[in-house]
Amino acid sequence: MAHINLPEGLPGIRGPMAFRPETAKPLNELAEALLRSENSLSRGDRELIATYVSSLNDCFFCQNAHGGIAQHYLQCDMPFIDAVKKDFQVTPISEKLKSLLAIASSVQKGGKHVKEEQIKKAKSLGATDVEIHDTVLIAAAFCMFNRYVDGLGTWAPQDRQVYVERGPRRAEEGYINFDLYK
Amino acid sequence: MAHIKVPEGVPGIRSLVMFRPESGQHLYALAQVLLRGESPLTEAERELIAAYVSSRNDCMFCMSSHAAAARYLFKDKRQVVDFVLDDYKSAPINDKLKALLTIAGKVQKNGKEVLPEDVVEARKRGAGDREIHDAVLIAATFSMFNRYVDGLASFTPTDPKAYEEMGVRLGEKGYVLPNKS
Repeated sequence: MAHINLPEGLPGIRGPMAFRPETAKPLNELAEALLRSENSLSRGDRELIATYVSSLNDCFFCQNAHGGIAQHYLQCDMPFIDAVKKDFQVTPISEKLKSLLAIASSVQKGGKHVKEEQIKKAKSLGATDVEIHDTVLIAAAFCMFNRYVDGLGTWAPQDRQVYVERGPRRAEEGYINFDLYK
Repeated sequence: MAHIKVPEGVPGIRSLVMFRPESGQHLYALAQVLLRGESPLTEAERELIAAYVSSRNDCMFCMSSHAAAARYLFKDKRQVVDFVLDDYKSAPINDKLKALLTIAGKVQKNGKEVLPEDVVEARKRGAGDREIHDAVLIAATFSMFNRYVDGLASFTPTDPKAYEEMGVRLGEKGYVLPNKS
């Protein structure tokens, strides 16, 4: 049971968003801007960063919700996502994306954990200032979303396939003006 | 020096939202509704929770600017801010706020640290659903802002006067986007 009285039957972040729509609005607009707007980083890569950070924070709902969306964009399977979470360095993703995930990993620990060398490495692999900025902010934002979802004790469907099946629809509808109950 | 090329001499999160207003505008909108919108917690209390979480995340810029805002809003009770940052359990604040700061402190570590008994305790001290929701979301939001500001190594002023001025501006005007210069 959640720590506060949330509307019935809504998984993860949807309950808190229904509870307080005024704060849900900028949260959703932030997610839309960070994860779906025009960007040199693909939507799949950005969702992967979100999934990865959520797994570091051990947030079941967020890592599966965004993992399901990442799977859709990247056209990959669950073992691929799980391999990235386990040890992204040995997966067949680009060296640039690996350098960005390393930065995201540091952000998850704390802002000051991001080291100059990590930034230099990402830049040497072609990461732009905007891509570095967005990686840091996506990682930071998911440190917020994960705490919101778990801090209020929300429930989440335990069957991981449910999130994979919802992935295409979530990717299509985006983060603003969606129906919390569908 | 910041990790990316942001406007020179502009401190903290301001430099970052000037660099990237596409996301910055939503960060400011979130701060405005969360810290200045309608809530059973006063603006001063909410700024205090923000400063407390930021001190736990060791973020000098956020802690200093929000402590300054809290001092401005607490007016003649401004010393309360430093008591809380030093040791909230013995600070001259009510038990409800102490229970909410306990919850905020746990959220700062990880959402799962918040236990049912922490919530029971807060309710015993007079906190309702909205207070608990807002305390959790403020702690979560500052866990983001702190990482953003320090993760990009944005400029952190060391002069206390700079923060005093920020506190007055935040207290009087709230969270208004800086103009891109």
